[in-house]
Amino acid sequence: MNGLSWVKGQLEGLGQLSLLASEAVVSLFCRPFDVRQAIYQTYFIGAKSQSVVLITGAFTGMVLAAQTYFQFHKVRMDTATMAVVSVSMCSELGPVLTGLMVAGRVGAALAAELGTMRVTEQIDALRTLATHPVDYLVVPRLVATVVSMPILTALSISLGIASGYAIGTQYLDIEPAYLWHNMVKYTFPQDVATGLIKAVIYGGIIAVVSCYKGLTCREGAEGVGRATTEAVVYSAITILISNFFLTLTLNRLLNT
Amino acid sequence: MIEVRQLCKSFGTQSVLNGVNLQIEKGDRVVIIGRSGGGKSVLLKLIIGLMRPDSGEVLIDGQNIATISERQLLNVRHRFGMLFQAAALFDSMSVADNVAFALRRERKWTPQQIERKVDEALAMVDLEGTQTKKPAALSGGMRKRVGLARAIVYQPEILLCDEPTTGLDPIGADSIDHLIVRISEKLCVTSVAVTHDMRSAGRIGKKIVMLHEGRIHAAGTPDEIFKSTDPIVSRFVNGVSDPKEPVF
Repeated sequence: MNGLSWVKGQLEGLGQLSLLASEAVVSLFCRPFDVRQAIYQTYFIGAKSQSVVLITGAFTGMVLAAQTYFQFHKVRMDTATMAVVSVSMCSELGPVLTGLMVAGRVGAALAAELGTMRVTEQIDALRTLATHPVDYLVVPRLVATVVSMPILTALSISLGIASGYAIGTQYLDIEPAYLWHNMVKYTFPQDVATGLIKAVIYGGIIAVVSCYKGLTCREGAEGVGRATTEAVVYSAITILISNFFLTLTLNRLLNT
Repeated sequence: MIEVRQLCKSFGTQSVLNGVNLQIEKGDRVVIIGRSGGGKSVLLKLIIGLMRPDSGEVLIDGQNIATISERQLLNVRHRFGMLFQAAALFDSMSVADNVAFALRRERKWTPQQIERKVDEALAMVDLEGTQTKKPAALSGGMRKRVGLARAIVYQPEILLCDEPTTGLDPIGADSIDHLIVRISEKLCVTSVAVTHDMRSAGRIGKKIVMLHEGRIHAAGTPDEIFKSTDPIVSRFVNGVSDPKEPVF
């Protein structure tokens, strides 16, 4: 019986999440859009996440270059190192790691902010002032996250590749001309497109999951704490699971 | 103007409202009294559509708002102003931004008009000069006044007050009560307040309604309620617990 009610609860949650997502999309296209809120949220979600995303991208690129070189050196394929780094950063590591970092930083902040507003009746106050919480709270955050994520991902990919290239040429002593040539030869526009499409989808996942957790948070400090944790965990898990299916789907769609 | 018919609401197995019937005419000042946890705030939230009833009807000028969508409710809520128990001010905004919120969302006022209306509303609650302050810098009484200014700035037809004097000292409570009466009369609004503070109920209400065990147990003018010989009403009014049913 407990197992059944748990399943029922999870399905209900999934249904409510889907309704929130569809309500947000309808609101985005059919209701007046709060540009000021969206700009402020883009600054908070995008601009302020740059440092964490850049550090992640740079060190991931460097470690990936080093590890790839250590393995490829055994079979004398040193100059193919950056081809692996570039394709991995563009289509997998760039978007996924950016998504996970943004989920941690932004997802937690969104859930905590909206959760606190809920437990202090500020969301009820919004409703009494004839304002739909989805229009005022969810849509600007969704737009800001969806706009910011591809830009952050592009930054992360660029810095990851640049730092991997620097490590390859300066520390691992790989011939720069061949390294560059092979990287350009084996990295296709489809790889970049895959990464950016994934970033847009992860942005949507982070915003919707975190806003949902905040808006449905339980009473009290414990409720806000739990909503914050769940927002990060569920966003991260959803990103990782969807990454697998997106890789298969986008690979088929973009390479035909 | 407001009519509640056979309203029922429960949370899990706990039944809070069990067939409430209530009628509030235009211009009335009604105070709902009752024990803590007796469903007063729930009733208020059902009247403005913040909660959905399990069964029953909430009619605002004949329109049943219990069955309409959240989007449709937004149009109905233009007619309401609500003061929350803890004021529920937006803590990221200044006092002026809090009060101006509804006007800005309406998108039909110029910034100058909004500023003038905000100044007027703050003057009405005796809080001139606090426009740039943040809610965190205000006392409990001042927050309630800002909450009241935010609720009346767009001149609603109905003012709902949830425990307007809770957490205030007696002088602050008296001041808020007089403010509610003054504003209700000046703006000709129908007001419904929920409280368990009998002094406050006597000061605000033209009519007092007592909620007991999920139903309206008694209704009348403040004089009738204060002089009631009904043991439940009398014990509540005089703050006397029943030794046979101690409640902790």
